[in-house]
Amino acid sequence: VAVVSADSTVMNNVEAVRATLYEALKSDDRTLIIGEDVGARGNVFLITKDFINEFGPQRIIDTPIAEASIVGIAVGMAMEGLRPIAEIQFADFIYPSFNQIVGEAAKTRYRSNGEYTCPMVIRTPYGGGVRGALSHSVSVEALFYHVPGLKVVAPAFPADVKGLLNTAIDDPDPVLFLEHKKTYRLIKGEVPNGHYTIPLGKANVLKGGTRLTVVSYGLYVHWALEAANKLEEEGLSVEVIDLRSIRPMDKTAILTSVEKTRRLLVIHEDNKFGGIGAEISAMVAEEALFHLDAPIRRLCGPDVPAMGYALPLEEEFMSSPVEMADAMRELVRF
Amino acid sequence: MATITMPQLGETVTEGTVAQWLKKIGDSVDKYEDFVEVSTDKVNAGVPSPVTGTIRELLVKEGETVATGTPIAVIEEVGNAQAAAEPATPASRTETVQTPSGNGAPPSAVETAEAENAARGASPAVRRLAREHRVDIRTIKGSGANGRVTADDILAAARPGTATGVAPPPAAQAPPPAGAARTSTYAQPIPGSLVQLTQARRIIAERMVESKRTAPHAWSMVEIDVTDVWQWRLREKDRFERETGYKLTLLPFFIRAVVQALATFPLMNARFVPAVGLSPAAIYVNDEVNIGVAIGLQANLVVPVVKHADKLSIKGLAIAAGELIDKARKGKLGVDDLAGGTFTVNNNGANGSWASAPIINAGQAGIVTMEAAIKKLVVRDDDSIAIRHMMNSCLSLDHRVVDGYVASGFLADLKRRLEAMGPGGEL
Repeated sequence: VAVVSADSTVMNNVEAVRATLYEALKSDDRTLIIGEDVGARGNVFLITKDFINEFGPQRIIDTPIAEASIVGIAVGMAMEGLRPIAEIQFADFIYPSFNQIVGEAAKTRYRSNGEYTCPMVIRTPYGGGVRGALSHSVSVEALFYHVPGLKVVAPAFPADVKGLLNTAIDDPDPVLFLEHKKTYRLIKGEVPNGHYTIPLGKANVLKGGTRLTVVSYGLYVHWALEAANKLEEEGLSVEVIDLRSIRPMDKTAILTSVEKTRRLLVIHEDNKFGGIGAEISAMVAEEALFHLDAPIRRLCGPDVPAMGYALPLEEEFMSSPVEMADAMRELVRF
Repeated sequence: MATITMPQLGETVTEGTVAQWLKKIGDSVDKYEDFVEVSTDKVNAGVPSPVTGTIRELLVKEGETVATGTPIAVIEEVGNAQAAAEPATPASRTETVQTPSGNGAPPSAVETAEAENAARGASPAVRRLAREHRVDIRTIKGSGANGRVTADDILAAARPGTATGVAPPPAAQAPPPAGAARTSTYAQPIPGSLVQLTQARRIIAERMVESKRTAPHAWSMVEIDVTDVWQWRLREKDRFERETGYKLTLLPFFIRAVVQALATFPLMNARFVPAVGLSPAAIYVNDEVNIGVAIGLQANLVVPVVKHADKLSIKGLAIAAGELIDKARKGKLGVDDLAGGTFTVNNNGANGSWASAPIINAGQAGIVTMEAAIKKLVVRDDDSIAIRHMMNSCLSLDHRVVDGYVASGFLADLKRRLEAMGPGGEL
């Protein structure tokens, strides 16, 4: 049982993002926010509500619907010494800025032989299960985690949101910060007061276990934990790892766990083919094959172009805690 | 038929050893009657039968250790006996073909094919473990889906006391001389042989590694003048033993000084709490002072706990520690005796050691030793030279919890308190 400090506040994920951004703006004049509706509207989830009144339109910059420009302008600001936090209103709209993120931001340090870096954060809400349909449900992590020079973070808990976002803002290179929108108001937790950071590339073993390793991130961490606790009641001990940071990835945490449990299940909402689970599976097969006592399994979104709006279609796309428990049970008993 | 599985005796227990079958095959057993004695980490417990009936199968040999949930016995319930009165049908095809008249008959084609299939379908982990433990996969009955041999099956087969599954030693190794079938044990090790670990030994090994790996150990030592407290003890010990039946050693005096020093430095009576889920890493400062006393037995190490040691006088501590040491030697320590320690004292000097670097009991901030009290020539504060009983006390500390500043303050305080004790007073 950890000691909950008197110096902490219960927040949901939206409040954790808002509080962290606010502190960053207060403590460093170089920080600024740029994106659609971040100013007068205060962000569609009210994350930046009233920021423009306190920090002014020079630092809380409303843009047209032009994602390539949002990121492109931020790249230039970052290269010249500012600390921009760019927002893509929904991850589904990130594609126009793909070139700016992958072709420019991620390569700045390399291209300039270290003369320039690109210290910027790109925040974006992603993920489904909120009746968001085709253009408000997508998971984009696999499109970006392939890119050297870019870091990709996807926290699940408010305390991690704050610690990881602080680290991302401090990072001298670009970080894509993915916020699962279904967790925004659903997930609450203690967030320590004051400034703290959590290193990128450190997974969190949320629950110890002996029979199976489950790796996940974002919303599904919560459901995987629920399923694992259900199995615990059945006497099946499952270890749950919250990746937190997708790239850099905490290989050590995964390998240490798999060497103990000999079984691996990767769960994510993003499509299966070429997803995060594919990399984890390949890495474990390369480095821990002779510890595996069962095939690696992936429980992922289906390979369809988008999440449907109709509830049955959305449910078909999303995994549920029950499906997760079934997959865990099957693998433990293999 | 009811299949009885290895129960989970304690929340962190994952396996159990069949210490003794209290019933034989064919014996009848009543519901709630103990039919087997199971030993875990450090406790023995009888296991009651969940049904009334007749013991039909005992699936695990005495001395064998299996994971909780593993079937250990089959009991035929009363009322079902009629249906099962027919001769038991062989459990598998393999068994039906296994009983030809010729003893050394070659295995049948069916049997060979099944065994080969099992070996071919083996997972990488099973193959590796089978190779490492020299277990023939084809001889193992699988517990996985569709009879698949799992990694745990290999490990179970490789454990000592398991008759099947262990392949003969490689031909290159000379067979042991006839009649020399003594097994190598921790008490009587045979050079050039493997000593199989008891469960307690294995747990000690795991916990030591765990502590040494997770807690960064730092070390410090002070020299304490115990002449006065030694004289106090000498003066009291005969009367004490007469009155209480327990020997009066230096240990309770030392524990008394330790708990007082812990009160001054509460961070030494704490533990490091790693970050879990929402909670960032923290240090939990214990609200109880429970002192573990490390007791070395021949094949084993136990650390029974003197609860609320800060509430006890030296006399109370002597009696409490005496009781625990008595129980430890008789193998009668219960789960409660071993749980809840917040700091550990190791009387290492009893065997003549002069300094040692102990490993912290996982989940505590430190462990302190009493080394041998040795007569030395000492230059005292007034520059006089005297023969004094000097004792080193060594501290290993978890550097995540405390730094040298607190640790050396604690040791200095401990020294000051112990040196202030005696040569007389109320125990």
